[in-house]
Amino acid sequence: MKCKILIFFLFISFTVSAKQIVVCKSCSVKTIKEAIKIAEDGDEVLIKKGVYKEQNIVIDKAISLIGEKGAVIDGNNEGGILIFQTNNFKIKGLKIVNVGLSYTIEYAAIKVIKGNDFIIEDCVMENVFFGILLEKSKRGIIRNNKISSNRKNEASSGNGIHIWSGEEMEVYKNEMFGLRDGIYFEFVKNSLVHDNVSHNNIRYGLHFMFSNNNTYHHNEFRNNGAGVAVMFSKFIIMHHNKFWLNWGAASYGLLLKEIYDAEIYDNLFEQNTIGINAEGSTRINYKNNTFLRNGWAIKISGACYKNVFAKNDFMSNSLDLSYNSNINDNKFDNNYWSEYTGYDLDKNGIGDVPYRPVKLFSYIVNKTPEALVLLRSLFVDIINFSEKVSPVFTPDDLMDNNPLMKRAND
Amino acid sequence: MLKILKYSFYDLMRSRWSYVYFLFYLILGFVLLFLNNDVDKAVITLMNIIIVLTPLIGTIFGVMYYYNSKEFTELLLAQPINRRKIFMGQYFGISISLTLSLVLGLGIPFVFYGLFKSAAIFNFSLLLVVGAFLNFIFVALSYNIALSTENKIKGFGYAILMWLFLAVIYDGVFLISLIIFNSYPLDKFSLAATMFNPIDLSRILILLKLDISALLGYTGAVFRKFFGTNIGMFISMSLLVLWVVFPVLRMNLKLRKKDF
Repeated sequence: MKCKILIFFLFISFTVSAKQIVVCKSCSVKTIKEAIKIAEDGDEVLIKKGVYKEQNIVIDKAISLIGEKGAVIDGNNEGGILIFQTNNFKIKGLKIVNVGLSYTIEYAAIKVIKGNDFIIEDCVMENVFFGILLEKSKRGIIRNNKISSNRKNEASSGNGIHIWSGEEMEVYKNEMFGLRDGIYFEFVKNSLVHDNVSHNNIRYGLHFMFSNNNTYHHNEFRNNGAGVAVMFSKFIIMHHNKFWLNWGAASYGLLLKEIYDAEIYDNLFEQNTIGINAEGSTRINYKNNTFLRNGWAIKISGACYKNVFAKNDFMSNSLDLSYNSNINDNKFDNNYWSEYTGYDLDKNGIGDVPYRPVKLFSYIVNKTPEALVLLRSLFVDIINFSEKVSPVFTPDDLMDNNPLMKRAND
Repeated sequence: MLKILKYSFYDLMRSRWSYVYFLFYLILGFVLLFLNNDVDKAVITLMNIIIVLTPLIGTIFGVMYYYNSKEFTELLLAQPINRRKIFMGQYFGISISLTLSLVLGLGIPFVFYGLFKSAAIFNFSLLLVVGAFLNFIFVALSYNIALSTENKIKGFGYAILMWLFLAVIYDGVFLISLIIFNSYPLDKFSLAATMFNPIDLSRILILLKLDISALLGYTGAVFRKFFGTNIGMFISMSLLVLWVVFPVLRMNLKLRKKDF
């Protein structure tokens, strides 16, 4: 009890003593660095309208950094801009532009080193190298930011939101474009990513590496170099995301590599070169996803065991499924395939003959990629049919025994 | 020439087969849309049909019409009319009437089902353009065969064989050669090989719109340039025009020397 009262008084005293420091061209405090110097824990630094050309501003006090509309910090393409080395801080409404490029140092618009319990919101970052870079941090909220850049290749570009070693982060309603990866999670646990839009990035819209127990949902990934990549991670839940228009030779809606025990449901994959590319991914449940007009809906490249595909809609994809071997340990059941030609005599909504999603042509295209120009040719239809009657090259146990007659997720 | 064109056109329009052909496409269009209710998917199914069937019908109609109207043609040849005009009139008469059956037969059901509101309108019109081209190409090819073969049965046989070759066998040989020469760079070869077959060419033209996401899956730079930009569309369109021009030219050359 005593302790609680003490905390209460402490809190009161903090709020009472907290002061506001205003930064503007005509104020007594003219630069952000000065303001930080005189600020104390709990203060608010209000940055008025104007362009502030400052770099490497180190903030080691628990303050709120609030930008007025039109407040811009310009890094002049030299180094990083804001570096937080503290807990309990907040940054809001700033516009940060022109972060320097380096091939050895990760310059960022906002960098947080070992900071806990913070909020980064309503900021606009343009022409950045890294946008928001969090190192060894916990319990941060990153929301409503807009991060963009215009770099041309992977080596000279950084990530929008890069979290290296973090826990319990929440990233939502951000927009990222023109970066290397929109969002990059490396060694991040128990975090949530939702309602973000990540588009036109050079590499991935969202990238997970060695990050377990995370969830991402209701995000949109469009037109990225290679969609979304989830690698070397466990217990990831992905749902209600939209992956679309990821076109190119190595472009995927979703790339899965060495991932275990994931749940993928209610997502939409539309017009990607490859909807899902799975490699070494095991015990994953794919449910209620819609694959619409992709080149390949799903490409399984090997070492994928005990995956379950159920109640998915495969609609007008050039090729539904591609396997590179004729061994199969995955289960396909109760999916809707728009190419299914069977019948349903007992009218229970389930086709009476099994459907084989792997065609001979997809096997041939795996071996000779140029054969792709023969897609939808009559000859290809004929050889597909003969393979369907007696499978030789494609896994003969790979079939959907209960194909649906109508779409599962309309 | 216009008079003969008009005559051939009306003759065909009155014939039962034009109606059968028209009704076939009409029913096909309605059934497809009725079963699917999805214009996009119907366009894909339609592509498969147009690419196989239009050439076949064009070939058969062309050969049939030539042999059937041979006596009348000979009568016309006795008149002081330019040979070229007689045969060109017949050729365009057949091609235009076939194209009309195709466009009206498929167009009516699609218009009924709200094509103009759908985003598929471009794909659909491309399909019709390709269908029209295939009609013109295959009627010209079959006329060439008929002009070179006096024997009716032989002529029919060659025409069907030509269709079979271009629709099925060509792709088979093509695929096998791709597999055999797997270890060589094949992207230029495979693109060139599609250009030498009007059916493949029209297929690629439609794929450029329908399956572009899959076509971009291949890494080759030539492929990327061809499929990724408008160059592919432009090249295949102009090659289709050449595919009409060359058989028609050959027809005229043949006519000049032919002894009726």
